[in-house]
Amino acid sequence: MDRRQFFLTTATVCAGGVPANTTRAEEVKEPKEFSAVLVDTTRCIGCRSCEVACSVTHGNYVPDIKNDGALEKVRDTSEKQWTVVNRFETEKGEVFVKKQCLHCWQPACAAACLVNAMLKTKEGPVTWDGDKCMGCRFCMVSCPFDMPKFEYSGWNPKIQKCNMCYDRLLEGKKPACVESCPTDALMFGQKRELMEVARHRVYSHPDKYVHHIYGEQEAGGTGWLYLSAVPFEKIGFRTDLGTTPYPEYTREFLISVPLIEFGVPAFLLALNMLTDRKDEVQENHGWKDE
Amino acid sequence: MNNAAVFTGELRSFLKFFLQELKPRGKWLTPFNVISIPTIILGLIILYFRFTEGLGSVTNLSQQFPFGFWIGFDVMTGVALAGGAYVICFVVYVMRLEKYHCIVKVTVLNGLLAYVFYSGALVLDLGRPWHIINPIIGNSFGYNSVLFLVSWHFLLYMIVLFVEFSPTIAEWAHWEKLRKFLTGLTLGAVIIGITLSILHQSGVGAMFLMAKPKIHPLWYSEYIPLLYFVSSIFAGLSMIIFEGSISHKVFSNLIGEKTHHSHDEIVLGLAKAAAITMFVYYFFLAFIFMHGDKWKFINTPWGYWYLVEVIGFVLIPCFMFAYAVRNRRLGVIRVAAAMAIFGVVLNRQNICLIAFNWYAENRYYPSWQEIVVTLMVVFVEIWVFRWIVTRMSVFSKE
Ligand code: SF4
Ligand code: SF4
Repeated sequence: MDRRQFFLTTATVCAGGVPANTTRAEEVKEPKEFSAVLVDTTRCIGCRSCEVACSVTHGNYVPDIKNDGALEKVRDTSEKQWTVVNRFETEKGEVFVKKQCLHCWQPACAAACLVNAMLKTKEGPVTWDGDKCMGCRFCMVSCPFDMPKFEYSGWNPKIQKCNMCYDRLLEGKKPACVESCPTDALMFGQKRELMEVARHRVYSHPDKYVHHIYGEQEAGGTGWLYLSAVPFEKIGFRTDLGTTPYPEYTREFLISVPLIEFGVPAFLLALNMLTDRKDEVQENHGWKDE
Repeated sequence: MNNAAVFTGELRSFLKFFLQELKPRGKWLTPFNVISIPTIILGLIILYFRFTEGLGSVTNLSQQFPFGFWIGFDVMTGVALAGGAYVICFVVYVMRLEKYHCIVKVTVLNGLLAYVFYSGALVLDLGRPWHIINPIIGNSFGYNSVLFLVSWHFLLYMIVLFVEFSPTIAEWAHWEKLRKFLTGLTLGAVIIGITLSILHQSGVGAMFLMAKPKIHPLWYSEYIPLLYFVSSIFAGLSMIIFEGSISHKVFSNLIGEKTHHSHDEIVLGLAKAAAITMFVYYFFLAFIFMHGDKWKFINTPWGYWYLVEVIGFVLIPCFMFAYAVRNRRLGVIRVAAAMAIFGVVLNRQNICLIAFNWYAENRYYPSWQEIVVTLMVVFVEIWVFRWIVTRMSVFSKE
């Protein structure tokens, strides 16, 4: 009995002593603010200059925007193109929407990646590192926006997605798509500033915009923000993703891991000793002897 | 000097012994060989293309379905079905129920091979498999990743299973001292092994927690890890029953009289445990269903499909187990075990492939190449299993 108690106490103490890792972003103050981009879909004319600029900058497939008629159907980004512009027919006419990785505040892809190949940089962009990635595609399963794309052909496949022109950002330049946009539909800055700009636009033209800024809260907040004249589900956005940062969904499980790791072995050892028949016989013996 | 000479001498004689053991025994042209050898050769050809032309050349994987049959069946299901090893170790070494001692070795061997081959199949699926050491050697630790945890636990658990099985290997190689030493490690290995199993069985489920918007609400819940853990218990038990009944036919010459007779009692005991865990599992499912207020999904095709899984392959086999135990109907137990196994397979496929991206227009179906490679993995495993049991004393001779 004593021994059992001893083990159970040890187990409890061990379990209690495990430090819970604090990875919640809202608890950590970022010294520097994350970069962000505001997309005003009411200003986009569907010229697809950003598609070209992106592909040229990153050496991807450059679409023939004059002749390929790609706007006829809704496309997804692919392993060959990090960004695409789609056209939607709505009650307020044609709306064009640029699509790319949203550079989440707390990205699911980075939380999923077991080698930190997907990384939320301190500047804001979420980047991919080919020297680390093992191609497990768990980031694709986890990303709520289905953004990471995988090269299924070739012996040395890469994960392809927008990296917000991380290299250009480090040089102090804007992302290539933002620079190429002829109508200022894209605006680069820090999220707080851009939120102010976005709110200002909504407040000063309350009839023009729906009163929602996509990306303010979605999936815990994203680095790309969108303004729209029509409800977002009409122009290809998922509005059922919730406001919880996606890494939160695995948090409880990850915290219970050290608890189980310490608690269960002690418990099992205790059980093992409890069921020891040899001890039982000897104790009975002792009884008789008395 | 002298020691070294003795050592090389021993090594040489062991190598000779080993080479001799490598030779096949018995007839070559058995029906199993006739089917498995061509499959394995075909599988190797497919793998050649997979590693030179990329995953897309042989699989139906797509941007919407990044996990396919190799993950959904080989890894997810294989790991669940290998759960028997930790359950039996718990029963025999922790609870000390000696009745089950005679099936420990074969169950641990099955577990070890399942892990080596099925989580080994993960390597086939990795796009950049040469980076597989990255999370292990520590140049890049993704602590916040469930997969990081799962991969480490796979690795550690394989080592643990190897330690648990190693006394049998030492016995076969006539290393008496080493065998004694290794036997002494068993209890420690068992305790660590059970802990690792609890964590990675549930961890495999936790991998889908972030896929919340993609999995049909009938299958998604925050309790997936718990469900995966509980289902691995009865999946493992059913697998022991199922494999046991095959082994007792195929390898009957290797199994002693006494064990043959006690086998019925063992099967009844395992079936009882399976019935109880399945009922607990069913209760959890029902609780999650009520709690999540999922009635609204039931009257849809997805709802019917869900009922097929939960009623047809959880509740019914559960009752069959209970009925068969009471009336000592071993035949019914075997059928129930097969159904329970199928239910777990179905559950893993549902979460990973079928109810995943359930709104997608282009569904995923495994290509024939994916199926052939899966069969290849299974066949190679059976080959290795057969090689080991015909040489080492895995089955109880008593
Ligand atoms: S949108 Fe997807 S890929 Fe981009 S940062 Fe968020 S989780 Fe990662
Ligand atoms: S595919 Fe690469 S980037 Fe994505 S989770 Fe796996 S290792 Fe990380």
